[in-house]
Amino acid sequence: MKNQTSPIVKLAVLAIAAALLFWPFLFQDVRSIQVAARICVFIVLVASYDLLIGYTGIVSFAHTMFFGFGSYGAAIALDRMGAGWTPVLLGGLAGVAVSLVVAVAVGLLSLRVKAIFFAMITLAAASVALVLASQLSGLTGGEDGITYRAPDLFKPATKLLVDEEGKVVRWFGVRLNGKLAAYYFVFVSSLVLFLAMLRLVASPIGTVLKAIRENEARAEAIGYRVVAYRTFVFCIAAVIASLAGTVYAVWLKYTGPETALSFDIMIDILLMVVIGGMGTMWGAVIGATLMVLAQYYLRDLMGSASEALSGLPVLPDILSPDRWLLWLGIVFILLVYFFPKGIAGTLSARGKGA
Amino acid sequence: MDKLNETIDRLGGVYLLPVAVAAVCFVLIGAPSSWATLTVAGLAMGMMIFLMASGLSLVFGLMDVLNFGHSAFVSLGAFIAASVLASLGGWLGSPSLMLNIAALVAAFGAAMIFGLIAGWFFETVIIKPVYSDHLRQILITMGALIVVEELILAIWGGTPFSVGRPAFLEGAFVIGDVTIEIYRFFAFMLGLIVYAGLYWVLNRTRLGLLIRAGVENREMVEALGFRIDRLFIGVFMAGSALAALGGAMWAGYETLITPHLGADMMIVVFIVVIIGGLGSVQGTLLGAIMVGLMSNYVGFLAPKLSLASNMLLMMVILLWRPNGLKPAVK
Repeated sequence: MKNQTSPIVKLAVLAIAAALLFWPFLFQDVRSIQVAARICVFIVLVASYDLLIGYTGIVSFAHTMFFGFGSYGAAIALDRMGAGWTPVLLGGLAGVAVSLVVAVAVGLLSLRVKAIFFAMITLAAASVALVLASQLSGLTGGEDGITYRAPDLFKPATKLLVDEEGKVVRWFGVRLNGKLAAYYFVFVSSLVLFLAMLRLVASPIGTVLKAIRENEARAEAIGYRVVAYRTFVFCIAAVIASLAGTVYAVWLKYTGPETALSFDIMIDILLMVVIGGMGTMWGAVIGATLMVLAQYYLRDLMGSASEALSGLPVLPDILSPDRWLLWLGIVFILLVYFFPKGIAGTLSARGKGA
Repeated sequence: MDKLNETIDRLGGVYLLPVAVAAVCFVLIGAPSSWATLTVAGLAMGMMIFLMASGLSLVFGLMDVLNFGHSAFVSLGAFIAASVLASLGGWLGSPSLMLNIAALVAAFGAAMIFGLIAGWFFETVIIKPVYSDHLRQILITMGALIVVEELILAIWGGTPFSVGRPAFLEGAFVIGDVTIEIYRFFAFMLGLIVYAGLYWVLNRTRLGLLIRAGVENREMVEALGFRIDRLFIGVFMAGSALAALGGAMWAGYETLITPHLGADMMIVVFIVVIIGGLGSVQGTLLGAIMVGLMSNYVGFLAPKLSLASNMLLMMVILLWRPNGLKPAVK
């Protein structure tokens, strides 16, 4: 079975990549650059989750846990050692190390049993991690989280290029300051991680993973050690999620249970994977972009719609932004029923039929 | 060694585990009176968790369906029972025992009836289209859980909801220097009655025979001409009703409930089902009692560890028996 990605999907992904590349020059307010950075990080996070759920057929609910390890690693190091590149590196590495150890432990313990056991065990592990993060307040700052400074290069006051008068140079009306550097740090790291994953799924390993998804017994019979491959891909996904967490922690300059570990993030990731399409890296890009845009802008729209309809009986209640998750849940169920392949998969299937 | 194993098996095998845990903790705790209080609390908690978990386990055993939204029934049950109790506030405080009991029965009855209806809806509308596709099952039931939790949030609001208890279940009785809360004793007895009922249905009736046969080999039962899908809906509804009952009990136990209740309990329920082994009622009871006892003992001995204790328990048991203590599903 050859999976041809439709040209529409590829074009869409290219357009998204181009938009993200030039985003700071296209939209200049603080909020939209926040959105763009979130899209970048979530593309990586969702793509790494797709390695598990879409390529190998493993359902894990612990993906935010690894994201959180990376975030907290960087956050704690930056908090304790002060701003600089060494703590980012050390914290990131520590996060990766913890993620690897936990992933190996969970993987070896439970990947040999039924898929459903694995889902349950990862869910339990993730909830323990969340509780620990909010309880060990000496280390993690508890519910309040940690606020810290990023490396000096990323301060808004940093001047990347100065003209003769010592002022920040503007290109196309955009100041070349530290904020811009921070955004491109996020963008480039995400791009590198994404390309690495793209390379991985195109390699022979990627093919083996798909073989495991399609028919586990057969893959085993051909001579691939299914448990080893599953553990391997689980570890890779954990490491990438952890790195994404580090990048996001550096960008946000704040890490708390809400931004790094909460179950809401896991739900977001699931939604993004399902919307975009499981089993294709391109789907992750589309899903993450759409979801983050919806999270930031559709919610506002719901708020104003609810206000506009405030005279009517039930409608404003249903449309209130607080009910956002309710609608997401319903959309999610409908998507899993009717478009299990997501946007990318559905478009590609249609392209093949024509 | 073989001789020892044989003796242990004859005495009850893995069923001795809770006894062993209780004995070890008796030595560790030292004070018999606190040990007794903790044990009763642990047993009561275990019984309530058993109510919540038994349906999940059976549903999985019978149809290979894992309902990640199972805890939605728990929260629904808790909130409905709490609302009924709140609206019957006058009956709760009254000195008449009959009115007390009537309020309690009304609350639990409402919770269970709602559990039955919600279970039927879940089974036919949400799960039926995705039989035999684990990935989509997990995703869809997860989505349903989100929707139900949000609905609860929309209806009852996000602030903690306080639950009234009937007057006759308030307070504690004292034997020697051991104090036992009446509600805990009540929870334990109710759990025991439900377990006995389940045991009787599963082992002594024709219906139970079919269910057990279905767990063992569904295709064969179908081939013999029994409508296993109807049986399954029945089991699913009963399991949901039990979960709702467990939630209602839990609401009375905690006396302050939030919409997160279901999500919090879900983790415990999963751990219990994994420990016990999927598909078996005895295993679930064993797992629930273990979890209940452990969390009470550890909470007393090393409060810091209590969060991770269930997780550790699960890991140890999975290392020892990867399929749980008493699996019914091969």
